[in-house]
Amino acid sequence: MSQIAKLVAQRLALGLLTLFIVSLIIFLCVEMLPGNFSEAILGQSATPETVAAFNRELGLDLPPHERYVTWLFNMLQGDFGRSLASKRELSELLGYRLENTLFLAAVAAVIAVPLAVSLGVLAALYRESFYDRAVNVVTLSSISFPEFFVAYILILVLAQNMGVFPAISNISDELGFWEKVYRTALPALTLTLVCVAHMMRMTRAAIINLLASPYIEMARLKGLRPTRIILKHALPNALAPIINVVVLNLAYLVVGVVLVEVVFVYPGLGQLFVDSVRSRDIPVVQACSLIFAMTYVLLNLLADVLSIMSNPRLLHPR
Amino acid sequence: MAEDKKGEVLLQMHGLRIEGRSDEIWHEIVHGVDVVLRRGEVLGLIGESGAGKSTIGLAAMGFARDGCRISGGSIMFDGVDLAKASDDSLRQLRGSRIAYVAQSAAAAFNPAQKLIDQYCEAPVQHGIMPRAEAESDAIDLYGRLQLPDPEGIGFRYPHQVSGGQLQRAMTAMAMACRPDLIVFDEPTTALDVTTQIEVLSAIRDIVRQFDTAAIYITHDLAVVSQMADRIMVLRYGNLVEEGETRGMIEDPQKEYTRDLLAVRTFRKELAEDPGAEMPLLRVENVSAAYGKSPVLFNVSMDIHSKRTVAVVGESGSGKSTAARVITGLLPPSEGKVLYEGLPLPADHRKRSKDEKHRLQMIYQMPDTAINPRQRVRSIIGRPLEFYLGLRGEDRDARVRQLLEMIELDPDEFIDRFPGELSGGQKQRVCIARALAAEPELIICDEVTSALDQLVAEEILKLLQRLQDELGLAYMFITHDLATVRAVADEIVVMLQGEVVEQGLKETVLTPPHHEYTELLLSSVPEMDPDWLDNLLDERLEQSA
Repeated sequence: MSQIAKLVAQRLALGLLTLFIVSLIIFLCVEMLPGNFSEAILGQSATPETVAAFNRELGLDLPPHERYVTWLFNMLQGDFGRSLASKRELSELLGYRLENTLFLAAVAAVIAVPLAVSLGVLAALYRESFYDRAVNVVTLSSISFPEFFVAYILILVLAQNMGVFPAISNISDELGFWEKVYRTALPALTLTLVCVAHMMRMTRAAIINLLASPYIEMARLKGLRPTRIILKHALPNALAPIINVVVLNLAYLVVGVVLVEVVFVYPGLGQLFVDSVRSRDIPVVQACSLIFAMTYVLLNLLADVLSIMSNPRLLHPR
Repeated sequence: MAEDKKGEVLLQMHGLRIEGRSDEIWHEIVHGVDVVLRRGEVLGLIGESGAGKSTIGLAAMGFARDGCRISGGSIMFDGVDLAKASDDSLRQLRGSRIAYVAQSAAAAFNPAQKLIDQYCEAPVQHGIMPRAEAESDAIDLYGRLQLPDPEGIGFRYPHQVSGGQLQRAMTAMAMACRPDLIVFDEPTTALDVTTQIEVLSAIRDIVRQFDTAAIYITHDLAVVSQMADRIMVLRYGNLVEEGETRGMIEDPQKEYTRDLLAVRTFRKELAEDPGAEMPLLRVENVSAAYGKSPVLFNVSMDIHSKRTVAVVGESGSGKSTAARVITGLLPPSEGKVLYEGLPLPADHRKRSKDEKHRLQMIYQMPDTAINPRQRVRSIIGRPLEFYLGLRGEDRDARVRQLLEMIELDPDEFIDRFPGELSGGQKQRVCIARALAAEPELIICDEVTSALDQLVAEEILKLLQRLQDELGLAYMFITHDLATVRAVADEIVVMLQGEVVEQGLKETVLTPPHHEYTELLLSSVPEMDPDWLDNLLDERLEQSA
């Protein structure tokens, strides 16, 4: 077990380093964005004097490296600063939005991951059959369309024509759990359709990849049923690549939702991100970017750890 | 099995034809072979790669690998024609009445499951016995196969158990349902000679104890003569000869069988003691480690020009590591390597072109040692450009010369890809590539281990001719003592990273030996059906 602990510690340290570098890149990128918050907010009344005064008030006149260090240290203490536009505490604002985004991602993941993995296992079991081809065609088509297109088609069919789900996913804290799930259904379905193909194809490929190995031949020569061969002998050894692609897609569910949230007017992080870019609300943009980056780093770390745990050589050393 | 059933025909394959698919076309690879096997009988299938012996062995289970199909003939197993049986009925027979032992146990055990889980799978799934009974049965069989700690070994994962032990555990697994027939597919080919003996005797005992019929597939006539009652010699998917083991070994009828028996007769003339002459290469008190685990301890050896030094040892003895130190791939932690009396830089990146071209390598697997997407012309031409600066027509002319030296027709072979060459031809190209650099010393790392015996013999003869003509020195790394007997002038015996004995060939090979050299020498199977019995008796007496 100590070997695993060491590997995890190494990955964790690397993750922290990545986050630090990402924070630097985010800061520099935002710095390079054209336009200025004060000019944007002051609009018509933006004379050089008023802009300078506004900048001074917000601390925007300090040199970039000083602002970066302050930002980083405040962040480490859990102080994300305030939104320039609404003056609200960012930690409070972001917390609520992040919660919503995670809720959406979770609903989508609960549908997508088991669906994709079982479709993939079945496709591997009945490879080259009609079912295999059909699943491939359907999932590939759904991934080929841009997600906003899928979203509008779903709105048209399920909301407009059939009226099963609401077209706008307006959720708030007062709603009960199932009501929230109901309102989140369409965006979650959109995300599912977009990410299922990737996971399903990887599951199928990872399993089929192993079918030529001697221990699978051995299992067949022991007279085992095909289902058992796939589930007991192939799947456990294919876990590492499957875990990786699943986690990568989970990261997509959190980070890649911007378009979907905008289409469904869902009060998540992506929506907030887009609004803040529009209004040059730099602290919010920076904080959102950092949260997205952190999601990626943490989930990839999780993937690494799970892959390591699925390797019997590391789990049970000699 | 009951006594009265003994001698009854268990398996009869008649006119068996099997096709394999390559480039979308079906080619016949087994051309109508007849096989008869009685209860309790052990049949040896022998032949070189491509002879169809594994394919026939698997057909005895009604099984064809992906890309193969049984295209004709009948496979009668105890009244059922396996060639026509449904998938379901085949599945019920496999594992329960016909079992399989694969060549590489390390690859044929599922890495994610404990040995005993894999043992119990067949009996439980076939409904022969409940899990608890299967477990205690497994422990009993592990004990009979002389595995250490029979109670505990099943609860380990495959990577936690050594190769020889895994092979025995796999034999136990095949025995789990007490099948009528077991197909052994080269079960000891991947093992060291000393481990091979343990596995051979364990397999033979258990097969006799339960009176199981077996098909024993191997390319090694000496091994099969220990195991089989009857032998079938196969070549290119046809039967060459069939007969009782003793008769076959003593009086083979066909030319091809005689060739197989005569293999390993090639001998180099004995060399004289080099005396105090300065060696071409001297390894001086070298120790080396991979990371923190030490693998070489104070190894010294001399290689004189125009001579062959064979480095012998089992896997893990450090012989390939010694080669890595000499070529500078693994800088030693202590000691140094001298070339003509001058120290070579420890790291190959610090060696000059002049230092590098004198020392070339040939590897075990010609398949992986050459780029499959380059033609022979560029494979051999590259070192000519790099070391000698030859280009254009000069380079091509030299490539042709080299091809002639390795006995391949330049017009025919110069524009081929490696995929269009046989294993032996590929190894010849590797030799030509080493020669292109105009070396003085070539390190041959198990260069014949992956080849069939007849092909290997040709390669050894070629290497010898090149040594005589070009005055090359060879460092010949091998685990095969027959090869050592054939090519060596001097022998270095290694065990667990240390040199245990070294000297001229006749000195090392004549008694008294070092204890370990004795063990290695006596473990090499001989073409005598009584060899294993005699050896085991002898060892038993000695230990008593």
